[in-house]
Amino acid sequence: MADKTPVLEMRAVDKSFGPIDVLHEISLRLHQGEVLCLLGDNGAGKSTLIKTLSGVHQPTRGEMLMDGKQVRFERPKDAQAMGIATVHQFGGTYPLMSVGRNFFVGAEPTKGIWPFKVFDREKANRIAVEAVQNFGITRITDGDRLVGGLSGGERQSLAIARAVHFGARVLILDEPTAALGVKQAAHVLRIVNEAKRRGLAVIFITHQVMHAMTVGDHFAVLIRGAIAADFRKGERTREEITDLMAGGETMADLEASIEGYMETHEGHPPASPTASA
Amino acid sequence: MTDKSANTNNRPAASSAAAPASTGFSIGGLFRHPAVGAFMGMVLVFIFFSIFGYDRNFLTAFGTSSWVNAASTIGIIAIPIGFLMIAGELDISIGAVVPAAKMAMAISVGYYGLPFVAGLLITFAIAGAIGWVNGTIVTRTNVPSLIVTLATLFSVSGLTLFLSLLLTDTTSQAMPSPPWAKWLFGDYHFWGLQSSVFWWLFITGALYYVLHHSPWGNWIFALGGDKESARNAGIPVNRLKIGLFVLASTAAALSGVCEAVLSNSATTTTNFALIFNTIIAVVIGGVLLTGGFGTVAGIFFGTATLAIVQQGIGYTPFDRNLSSLIIGVMLLIAVLMNDTIRKMATSMSTSKKK
Repeated sequence: MADKTPVLEMRAVDKSFGPIDVLHEISLRLHQGEVLCLLGDNGAGKSTLIKTLSGVHQPTRGEMLMDGKQVRFERPKDAQAMGIATVHQFGGTYPLMSVGRNFFVGAEPTKGIWPFKVFDREKANRIAVEAVQNFGITRITDGDRLVGGLSGGERQSLAIARAVHFGARVLILDEPTAALGVKQAAHVLRIVNEAKRRGLAVIFITHQVMHAMTVGDHFAVLIRGAIAADFRKGERTREEITDLMAGGETMADLEASIEGYMETHEGHPPASPTASA
Repeated sequence: MTDKSANTNNRPAASSAAAPASTGFSIGGLFRHPAVGAFMGMVLVFIFFSIFGYDRNFLTAFGTSSWVNAASTIGIIAIPIGFLMIAGELDISIGAVVPAAKMAMAISVGYYGLPFVAGLLITFAIAGAIGWVNGTIVTRTNVPSLIVTLATLFSVSGLTLFLSLLLTDTTSQAMPSPPWAKWLFGDYHFWGLQSSVFWWLFITGALYYVLHHSPWGNWIFALGGDKESARNAGIPVNRLKIGLFVLASTAAALSGVCEAVLSNSATTTTNFALIFNTIIAVVIGGVLLTGGFGTVAGIFFGTATLAIVQQGIGYTPFDRNLSSLIIGVMLLIAVLMNDTIRKMATSMSTSKKK
């Protein structure tokens, strides 16, 4: 499978905003049924990379390919049409709308004859509940329930199930586990695995190394807009990855220096060190 | 991945196949319906005024028609305003659109002697244009719609006064209507009900369909819930918003036409009270101030409640001015209930295992 043409590929993509280089020579290959974990500290250029992949930004230099053919996304809709779906933390779900209505926003199933077409609530609810349950979220059984009453993990699952239902081939998950508790995060990770099992290509953006290691096949660490490390599952240990994300500075050194600081400053940790831009 | 392959997925989903994903009618569900609060408020107010107004004929056909007629002129406009509020916007320019529509009718039909239908076309074209201007400015500039429509409120009222004086040299104008138009827009029918009452019922029905049963309703809720996500989902956000502003001004024009035909005349006076009345009706009707949630039934009951209090007070021994106090208190309760409504709605689940 790994030898096939990548579903999505970036070749030496640069992105700059005016004089500021945000992404530098990014090359990535994403295969079907594979989870690519994109790791990086805040400000490493993760969001710019996602936005470039999902058509919000256009690369300044370099090229992007889908199934080996060169593509250019002028707007998010172009990327969506090619099957690239981006799911943000709570993006795409409306708390005060029902599960069924949420699922079909913008693509409502209707019944009846024009001009008396009505929203087919039963069909929408049935499909939505089935799609979510197929992803292993069995707690959602009532399509009339409002999404605001669901947990964060369930909302994520709904958004992912929705993207898959509407034909996504590449799923970009932007920090899906960031605001979740341990149990909820496990939920989302299970869904990522399910999406992978179904043959989707997943880009999983996170700064939680544990979560990345649970589902990832392939890892890329982003530092100051460039890929600092690109490796496959099992090639690095957790500590090595954490160190890489912190910008090469070993975590042990950092911990020692914080402890030392606290000893001399009545137990106060140092004011946040200037993070790498 | 298509619909079909999702269905043929081999995970054990059999348990869900047995139970329907939608719940049908249930008493419990009915009590949790978001419009119930507004309905209970209306019933309470009605009982109150029935008791204290019984001696003074509140319950007679005459007493009933007085509040139903008052409700209809507010209600025709309140539902489109409610739509805007659900979509996260507001329109206060309707206070000037109503007199503008009345004067447009009276000047074209009464002063220039144009056919009634021509007057209607001119009036609704003007109203539609005002709504289009409102919507376009709001979507293009992202200035809050309260400010944009405040500007159009004053502009339109100034323009109405100026043009009336320029064209006819008066600020009030008589207007005769042909019998069919009189019957359709401004006559008293059985029990003393005005034509506008039937328009109100018709608009309530039509807009109930739009909000709760047509795909557009889904778009309106999505727009108020999260504009960016709605845009990403492929909803023509700006066109939808402009459409809602046009709907609000044309509804205001309809209300104005009904009033002008009924009274056979029109004046340029800006109707500031109407602005407050429509907003009060919508809020008492349980529409969330933050957008994203509301029902047509709720707005309908909210309008009726407001009209019962405003008109009913005259049938009781209480001082007339107290009606504003009652409305103020009810409005406050409704706004405080907003949060409760939201919590109740999100925790609502009819799928509890028996």
